[in-house]
Amino acid sequence: MSHPDLWQSLLWGPVGIGAAEWWRLFLHFTALSLVAIGGAITTVSEMQRLVVAQEGWLTPVQFNDCIAIGQAMPGPNVLFVAAIGYSVGGLAGVAATMAGSLLPSAVLAVGAGRVGERYAQSRGVRAFTAGLAPLTIGLLLATGAVLLRPLAAEPVAWLLVAGTLWLMLRTKRNPMWAIAAGALAGALGWV
Amino acid sequence: MPEEVARAAPASPAALFRAFNRLAMMGFGGVLPVAQRELVERLGWLTREQFLELLSLSQVLPGPNVINLGLIYGDRCFGWRGALAACAGMLLLPLLLVLAATAAALRFGDVPAVGGALRGMGVVAAGLVLATAIRLAPGLRANPLGRVAAAGFVAATVLMVAVLRWPLPLVVLALGLPGIALAAWRLGKAP
Repeated sequence: MSHPDLWQSLLWGPVGIGAAEWWRLFLHFTALSLVAIGGAITTVSEMQRLVVAQEGWLTPVQFNDCIAIGQAMPGPNVLFVAAIGYSVGGLAGVAATMAGSLLPSAVLAVGAGRVGERYAQSRGVRAFTAGLAPLTIGLLLATGAVLLRPLAAEPVAWLLVAGTLWLMLRTKRNPMWAIAAGALAGALGWV
Repeated sequence: MPEEVARAAPASPAALFRAFNRLAMMGFGGVLPVAQRELVERLGWLTREQFLELLSLSQVLPGPNVINLGLIYGDRCFGWRGALAACAGMLLLPLLLVLAATAAALRFGDVPAVGGALRGMGVVAAGLVLATAIRLAPGLRANPLGRVAAAGFVAATVLMVAVLRWPLPLVVLALGLPGIALAAWRLGKAP
């Protein structure tokens, strides 16, 4: 691969998307940003519909790899949209999917945060946060359950979960140790 | 209502940037567990109750929960510069890693050991989410809903999301509205 090709591929992706495709990518992710209650992961099926089924920019396997990379790498899981953007359209694609996913919800979050703070002592805001607190905890438990469901029949998976809970609840050690143990067990084919 | 005060606060947007960069880089498979550990337990910038409140707000807003949390917290500390610092801290370095991993995945395809490692890390990530829920649960003791009602809402959330697989907006409507109404009623009864 000659140097101009390498730069071309880095900037616009291995296939190379044009301005019209870039705009479609950006608009789709922007629209999904404002309905992504519970995080960008809740809109994955809609993203898949555009990127794989409708436009054919990625194969289903490539799309799943993007999700796995977002989960496995350090940082917020939303970065899987950067992996999708890069696979579709290089750095230009990253700009489209990241800006689309983050800007609308970020403006809304800061605005809602300010309203919440200004009226923090009001009965309405106190009732709002108190009424939703049990949902927050329930959602975390449910997320853990959903992620574990495909592995319910694997004893090593349960051992890993038990070990992770012990590390987090009974020690002050860094959770990275648990992640490393999980990666090792997986690489050896135990889970 | 016991109004607990955090035992420390960030000194500058740069301190926010560093703290959120650190917790993002430790967050393999999800940043939320590490965010709780860092912001509440290590740095003491938020009490457990404050963290739970911020997280509740971040979860019902569209967009990635942990990004929303960083944006709102950063904005409360230093206005838009704080929001930007927290968000950039969480995203910049992990973004570079995700892009490198994506480029590698596009180029080298799938190696079985790598796929296994991704699966193993996914299991531990699920355990980390469960541990976060268990750590935050005692924050419900002070909830105006009362312990029994709060526990009922937690169980109902798990049932609807993990077992019945209802979409999140529907769960927020079905449980969030009654939760807020009940909290408002209880707060009105005992001012």
